[in-house]
Amino acid sequence: MTFLATVWLVVRKDLLVELRSREILYTTVFFAVSCVLVFSFGFVRDGQPIDGAAAGILWIAIAFSGTLALGRTFERERQSETLRALLLAPVDRPALYVAKLVGVLVLLLAVEALVVPLVGILFQAPVLRAPWTLAALLVAGTIGFACVGTLFAAMLVRARSRDVLLPVLLYPVTVPVIIAGVRGTAALLQADPDAAMARAWLSLLVFFDVIFITLSLWVFEPLMTE
Amino acid sequence: MDFESLTFSDVTRTYGRRRALHRVSLTCGAGEVVALLGANGAGKSTLLSIAATLIEPTSGEVRFGQATGRTAGPALRARIGLLAHDLYLYPELSAAENLEFFARLYRRGDVTHRVDTALCAAGLADRRDEPVAGFSRGMRQRLAIERALLHEPRLVLLDEPFTGLDDRSVMALQDRISALGRAGCIVLLTTHDLEAAEAVAERAVVLTRGRLVPIEPGPTPLRERYRRASPA
Repeated sequence: MTFLATVWLVVRKDLLVELRSREILYTTVFFAVSCVLVFSFGFVRDGQPIDGAAAGILWIAIAFSGTLALGRTFERERQSETLRALLLAPVDRPALYVAKLVGVLVLLLAVEALVVPLVGILFQAPVLRAPWTLAALLVAGTIGFACVGTLFAAMLVRARSRDVLLPVLLYPVTVPVIIAGVRGTAALLQADPDAAMARAWLSLLVFFDVIFITLSLWVFEPLMTE
Repeated sequence: MDFESLTFSDVTRTYGRRRALHRVSLTCGAGEVVALLGANGAGKSTLLSIAATLIEPTSGEVRFGQATGRTAGPALRARIGLLAHDLYLYPELSAAENLEFFARLYRRGDVTHRVDTALCAAGLADRRDEPVAGFSRGMRQRLAIERALLHEPRLVLLDEPFTGLDDRSVMALQDRISALGRAGCIVLLTTHDLEAAEAVAERAVVLTRGRLVPIEPGPTPLRERYRRASPA
């Protein structure tokens, strides 16, 4: 079975399981929307949002709900130890990593499809001013966050205090991704948009993605062997 | 790839300061059914996980014929079937979807026929489209056995395969295990059901606090020989 066929098979299975339970999608969306709503009460006064708040809140919602999704995705594989069944299968183990990454990405992008318009409305942010650059920033940033998160979540799946350890390990490593995402998005959403600056941050995000994905693919198999 | 033997040479596995296995040496040949006995926590599941290449020994070596887990990789894993204590089934998926997923993952042809045959063997043909979450423990166990054997493995590792099964299912599984042995598979099973083990295994060994002790063959019941081999 080719690498991509394995990825597709596992992604399809994960999506089917999620379609049946809708557990991760609902909790992640609910958390992200709640996060944006709560911040909107604090950062919007007399109908006027604080400058630059929208970008930060958007990325906080993505990072927090992403952590929740990562934990639940691997908790599901831990419950019946199905992750071990996947590792025992005669497939390239990095393909399993990529499949899990794609599953988390699909979920987070669905959450972003809801959260971005919500931020646009509540914070009067011009999210449609440069839609393709904003979409590219979101996709690149989400890939960077999810690829590290997927690796850590897989690595911690058998750790007793995984729920505590995941954010403790994940946030320090993904700080550059979140900063680049926030600054790039802020450059687009500010009153005087700076497209060149947004593209520079986007380039940096793509650079992080390449580094993180390469490292993750390299270390996934040894880390998953007990 | 095919192999004629499974050999553990001085295998030791530690978890921190706790030693789960201590210098275990054992050889199982093709067509042999070996029962691995021992008290709870004796190291049986750890040994099966090492045989399945899921855990690496701290020291010592496991050979599958001439190959090792590291050298053979996916080709070797394609020839291993593991029924673990956790059943490796997705509760949200139906019985047929579970089997179909694993059949495709193991690159087996004629998936539909293979899944139908497995469901019939598990006695679940009429419940093929029901989610596994609604199954009893025995039904899940029967499905998990079929999942482990779906890809016709050379090395069959069964961790407590009789758990949750009714009498009829136990007899059917005993027949199945004997048939696997006759077909040339290497079968290594752990169980606390000594009568069931005696019915299928040609040889039995006991793990006591991580050390392997052979049980002498003889005309006396396995239970007596097991008690003699394992200290209180």
